[in-house]
Amino acid sequence: MKTYTLFLGCNIPVRVPQYEMSAKSVLSGLGVKILEIREFNCCGYPMQNIDQKAFLLSSARNLALSEKEHLDMMVLCKCCFGSLKKAEYLLNEDAALKDEVNGVLAKEGLKYEGKTKVNHFLSVLFNEVGVNSIKEKIKNPHKDVKIATHYGCHALRPSKVTQFDDPVNPVLFDSLVEATGAKSIDWQLKLECCGAPMIGVNDELADDILKKKVSNALNGGADYMCTACPYCHMQFDNIQKMDSANNEKQLPTLLFPQLLGLSMGINKDSLGIGLNQINVSL
Amino acid sequence: MFFSVALYTSLIIFTVGMIYKISKWFSLNVGYLSDGVSVGERVFSAITGIIKVIFSPKIMTVIKVFVMDGILQIRTLKEDPMRWVMHVLIYWGFMLLLFMHALEKLIIKPIFPNSCSTLNPFFFLREIFGLMVVAGIGIAIYRRFILRPARLKTNAMDIYAIAIVAIIMLSGFMLEGAKMSSYSAFEDMVSDYGVDESEIPALEAYWVKDFGTVSPNELTFGEDVLQQGKESHEAYCASCHSANKSAFVGYGIAKTITPVALIIDKLRINYYSILWYIHILACFFGLAYLPFSKMFHIFATPVSLITNAVMDKNSSNKANVVTRQAMEIDACTHCGTCSLHCSAMMASEAIGNCLILPSEKMACLKKLVSAQDLSDVELAAIQEGIYICSNCDKCTVVCPSGINLKELWLNVRECLIQKWLPEPSLLSPFSITRGVNKDFRAKKDYSKPLNLTQRAMIEKFLEFKNPEGVVNIAGKDEQLNIEKTFAYCFGCQNCSTICPVVKNYENPQEVLGLLPHQIMCAMGMGLFDVASSCKMIWDCLTCYQCQEHCPQNVKVTDILYTLKNKSIEDKKQELIEKQTCGKEAA
Repeated sequence: MKTYTLFLGCNIPVRVPQYEMSAKSVLSGLGVKILEIREFNCCGYPMQNIDQKAFLLSSARNLALSEKEHLDMMVLCKCCFGSLKKAEYLLNEDAALKDEVNGVLAKEGLKYEGKTKVNHFLSVLFNEVGVNSIKEKIKNPHKDVKIATHYGCHALRPSKVTQFDDPVNPVLFDSLVEATGAKSIDWQLKLECCGAPMIGVNDELADDILKKKVSNALNGGADYMCTACPYCHMQFDNIQKMDSANNEKQLPTLLFPQLLGLSMGINKDSLGIGLNQINVSL
Repeated sequence: MFFSVALYTSLIIFTVGMIYKISKWFSLNVGYLSDGVSVGERVFSAITGIIKVIFSPKIMTVIKVFVMDGILQIRTLKEDPMRWVMHVLIYWGFMLLLFMHALEKLIIKPIFPNSCSTLNPFFFLREIFGLMVVAGIGIAIYRRFILRPARLKTNAMDIYAIAIVAIIMLSGFMLEGAKMSSYSAFEDMVSDYGVDESEIPALEAYWVKDFGTVSPNELTFGEDVLQQGKESHEAYCASCHSANKSAFVGYGIAKTITPVALIIDKLRINYYSILWYIHILACFFGLAYLPFSKMFHIFATPVSLITNAVMDKNSSNKANVVTRQAMEIDACTHCGTCSLHCSAMMASEAIGNCLILPSEKMACLKKLVSAQDLSDVELAAIQEGIYICSNCDKCTVVCPSGINLKELWLNVRECLIQKWLPEPSLLSPFSITRGVNKDFRAKKDYSKPLNLTQRAMIEKFLEFKNPEGVVNIAGKDEQLNIEKTFAYCFGCQNCSTICPVVKNYENPQEVLGLLPHQIMCAMGMGLFDVASSCKMIWDCLTCYQCQEHCPQNVKVTDILYTLKNKSIEDKKQELIEKQTCGKEAA
C-alpha cells in the first residue's frame, strides 16, 4: 500500500491527541504507511480571516515539504484539509501566483510544483484501503449502534476545490461507518457546520448551532456523533460538555478512527477513548 | 593597582547587577496572572518551593536536568547538532579557561601546588581551550552571518555576545604571542632568575631559535652556542617553562609577527603591553556587563530548565508561576530555535510582523514588562504578534532553555487584549484556544476584548446605518484583489436562505447588518466600506454553503474572506494615520 505524509496540524497533537493515537493505530492495523514530517507548519486555515497571503504561503510550504519526500499527503483535520486543498487549487490554477509563492519558499530551498496530492484520512480509507478490506478487519461489529455522521464543511465544500464527495448527497463517511457494523442514521443537519469556527469569536452563535445539531441528531435516534476533524470534535465533545446544564441529555462523540478501532478490536487505551470529555460506553 | 581597581569595580557592578536582575524576577509583572500577587508572597513561595524540592525525591530531577540539559545541553543537541557543537565549544572552552587560567590562583594552585601556567600540561591545555572557544565563535559567526537560516534574526545583543567573547579570546592569543616574541619579557626573566651575564648571549640565541623570542641584538647561532644556550635554559628556565612550541597558537602568532615584534614590544603603558590592557579590560567589561547582557542566561537558563522540570502545571503555586515567567524572559538566549519551528512562521513572512516569531516576541517582552513607552502602533504589532499563534506548543517543546512558552503566551496575550486596543485576529479561528479554555470562559472579563474588537470592526457600519448620514461613495471604487464574481449576482437570495448564521436569528438583518446577498449587492454598487464593516462577515462560519449553492458561481465565502482581510488592513492603516497625525500635531 502507498505511503503518505501525515499532516496533523496544530490542534491534534495538543488538544485532541486521541485523534492522532487512534488514527495511527487504525492505519497500522490496515497496513497504511505514514511518514511524519516534523517541519510541517500551520495549514493557514485560521489566517484566512486575516491575510490570504499568510494562508497561502503556510499551506504551500507544507505542500512543498511533502513534495520533497515525493509522497502524497494524508490530512486528519477537515479544516487543514480544506485549506491545503484550496491552496493546491489556487496554485495549480494560477502559474504567476505559484511563481510568487515559490519565490518565498526558495529562501528555504523549497519548491512546490503541484505533484503532491492532498487527501483526507477518510478518503484514504475509502479510496485506497476500501470498504471491503476494512470489513475483513472487523472483529467486534457495532451491532445496534446508531451513529450520526458529521461530514464537516471544509471537506465537502467548495466541492469544486475539495473533490471529497458529492456535496449534497455524500456517502463516503456513511459507508465507512457502516463498515464497522454500526448504523448510520439519517438526520437533517448532517451536512451543516458544527459551529466551531465561532468558538472564542462569537460563543453564543457557536453554542446555538451546536445545540441545534445535537438535538437534531438525538431526535434522529443517534447514540453517538461521529466526526473526523479536531474542530468538530472539540465542539461536540469539549464545548458540549462545558455548556450542558445538569440533567441535559448529552450526545457522546467518537472520532471515526476510535469507532473503527474499537470494532477492529484495538484496545481502548491505544485509541485514547479515555481522553474524550463525554463518557463513551461502547 | 590598575588591575585591582578594574577587577573590583567590575566585580561590584557585576554583583549589584546580579542582585538587581534577580530581584526583578520577584517584582516584574508578566501578564494577567500577577494580579493580586505581592512581591513578599512571591519571595516566600519561591523559598518554600525550593526547600520543598530539596527535601523531596524531586532533587534527583534537579540533578539530572542540571547535568543533562545544563552542562551537557542535550536539548540543544536534539534540535540542532551544529548549534550544540558551537555552544558546547564556547561554553566548555570558556569555563575551563575561567577555572584554569583566570582563576588559576584560586582553583588550580590549591589543587596542584606545583602547577604553572607556562608548564605543560597547563601551557598546552590553555591553547586547546582557547581554540575551542575560537572554533565555537567561528561557527556562531558562520551560522548567523553566512548560513543565515530563514527566520533566524540577529539583534544587537547577539552581536555583542559574539563580539565580547571574540575580543577576549583574540586579545588573549595575541598577548600570548606578543609575550613569546617580546625581548623585554626575556630581559625581565633573565634578571629575575639571576642568569649569569656570560651565559645570556647563548641563552638568548637558544630562545630566539626555539622559543620565538625576537631580539634586537646581533647573535650567532652556531651549534655549540645553541648547545650552551640549551644547557643554560635547562638550568634556569626549564623547571617552570615548557617549550613555547607546545603553546602552538601563541608560538605561531609569535613567529608571524616576528618582523614587527620589536615595535609591538615597545607598545607598553607602565610596563604592561597594550594587548594586556585590551585583554584585561575586555574580560572585566564582560563581567560587569554580564547581568545586563544576553550572557545573563548562563545563570537564568539553568534556573529555567530546573524550575520547569520540577514545576507541575496543575499543582504549582500561582505566585511561583508568576516569578518563573519573569525569570524566563532572562533565560531566553535568542537562539531562534523556536522561530525555526514556529507554525505561524509564514504569517510573519506575509504580514511583515516579525513579532509573530516567538524569539522576537521574547525580545520584545523585555521591553513590554519593563513598562517602556510603547506607541499604539508598536502595541498593536505586539498584540497581533502574540495573537497570531496556532497554539501548537512547538516552541515550548523545542526551547533549549526549557522555557514554558505556551503558558507565557497565554498569560501575556490575555493581559494585552484585556488592557488596550481591539485585536482583529481575535475574530479568527485562532481564538479557539481561548474559547475551549475553561478558566477564561469562567472569567468575568472573558467577553470584554471580544466586544471591544467587534465594536471597532463595525464602527463604520453604524455610521452608514444612520438615516441622516451621508454615504460617500466617491473614490471608493478601489480595486480589491479578487475575481469580481459578485458582479454575477442576480439577487436570488439562495446564499442568505441557506446560511446557517442567517437562519439562527429571528431578525437576522438587525444582528448581522447585511445578509450575504446584500453584501454581494453592496459590492456591485462599489460600497466596499459598507460591505467590509458589517457584522455578517465576522459571524461567517466559512461553511461555504452559500458559495456551493450559488447558481451564478459567485464565490461568496471567498469574497467575505477578502472583505475581512480588507477590514483588518484598514484598521491597521487607521492606527498608523492616527499616530502620524498625533505626531504632526505635537
